[in-house]
Amino acid sequence: MMFRWLFTSPSERRLLGARPLQGPTPWVIAIMTFSIMIVAAAGLALAETAGVVAAGAEARYSVQIPDGERNLDAAVRAVGSAPGVAKVEPVPEREMRRILERWLGPAGASADLPIPALISFEARPGLDLAALERRVQAVAPGARLIAHGDTLAPLLRSLRALQWLAFGLVVLLASACAAAVVLAARGALDTHRFTIDVMHGIGATDLQVTHLFQRKIAIDALIGSLAGAVAAALVLLALAAGAAFAGDLMGGATLGGLDLAVLLLIPLALTALATWVARAAVLAALRTAL
Amino acid sequence: MKLLYLAQRPTRGRIALFGEELTDAARDSLPPFRRRIGVVFQDFRLIRHLSAFDNVALPLRIAGASEEKVEGPVREMLAWVGLADRASARPPTLSGGEQQRVAIARAVINRPELLVADEPTGNVDSDMAQRLLHLFTSLNRLGTTVVVATHDIGLISATPGAQMIRLENGTMLDPTGTLRNPPPIAYPRGEPE
Repeated sequence: MMFRWLFTSPSERRLLGARPLQGPTPWVIAIMTFSIMIVAAAGLALAETAGVVAAGAEARYSVQIPDGERNLDAAVRAVGSAPGVAKVEPVPEREMRRILERWLGPAGASADLPIPALISFEARPGLDLAALERRVQAVAPGARLIAHGDTLAPLLRSLRALQWLAFGLVVLLASACAAAVVLAARGALDTHRFTIDVMHGIGATDLQVTHLFQRKIAIDALIGSLAGAVAAALVLLALAAGAAFAGDLMGGATLGGLDLAVLLLIPLALTALATWVARAAVLAALRTAL
Repeated sequence: MKLLYLAQRPTRGRIALFGEELTDAARDSLPPFRRRIGVVFQDFRLIRHLSAFDNVALPLRIAGASEEKVEGPVREMLAWVGLADRASARPPTLSGGEQQRVAIARAVINRPELLVADEPTGNVDSDMAQRLLHLFTSLNRLGTTVVVATHDIGLISATPGAQMIRLENGTMLDPTGTLRNPPPIAYPRGEPE
């Protein structure tokens, strides 16, 4: 039975003579779980943000008219009548000043700050941008067509790079966690070398010995990872208000249900990883003896 | 002795036990053979944090016996070696003689086919030594091959017919294996291995 090792008898558990939660293993795993969950949450939030930004920028364009609202109505008509344009709306000046105020403070709302007129529109596939730009410039000289995707491309690239960085950090931390478990398993083997020798001498198989260690490390890992997960959840909740503000700036990106499911799976995945690594390490170490 | 109970591989020569050639046997194949061997170590090799009961029960549990099938035989064996009231005692709290009796109880609890004992009477009184000798003889009659390493001349003289191999300064003085403590006894099913 695959999980028989989880259900050892009290007499088998007494063989190691150590209760769970002794030693540094649960603490190491708790710290690793905490770190991995924070980094993973950041990575997932970045992915969500990148998705929201990319979706918002896709097929969205602006026409910027440098001399303010003087040619705005004519430009709106020129854009709206062009083939391939789906939805046209001028951006009200107060809306632009409100957005600027978020970034620049009260100075953004000051009338002394000149701002261009903006027309926002969505394009259908096949829109001839060059023709549209010529058509707008005919009624509003100096007008400029801005593709949101081009403007936001550097930001999106940065977000994707940060996302991959977070993924790499998760892999690194999980590897460090596995290495810590290997060291813990070897330490436990050294501590219990005499008991193992006696068991082998009496006819115990490697698997029988391994199951004792595997179960202890699995319990340590489960308790440690759950403790780390609870701590990470509390920190993430505490950060939620700030994240809401940042999300608002980025267009309202938050962690979705799938993201939360991934985060919830991390402690269980780390427990499974620790258990598997412990089993492999103990079996490998035992094979060096007769 | 270590070669006999499969704790070491020979650097030369061969090891055959229970009719099987085990010199180069895969290590995964050794546990079933070890379960057929009982060993009384000179230094007892009891697990310190386990009770006398758990130490004696270890071979049965490793062999997969259920707890119901462990309790009775272990209590009986502890009573036989005079430690019924010390079942829950840990080895460090037992005297040398008591530890040796626990070690002997552990070695014979699962009726091994081969019993290897290193100085089994070294720490016990003469009465217990006689009882151990009786136990070994009884096991031998039931088919267990008993190999005893001892300096105890009394033990040797009390085992008539036993095959002896005399070692002196690490050299086997009688490599033919024909040295016997007279008078030899006749085995009904032939000589033990």
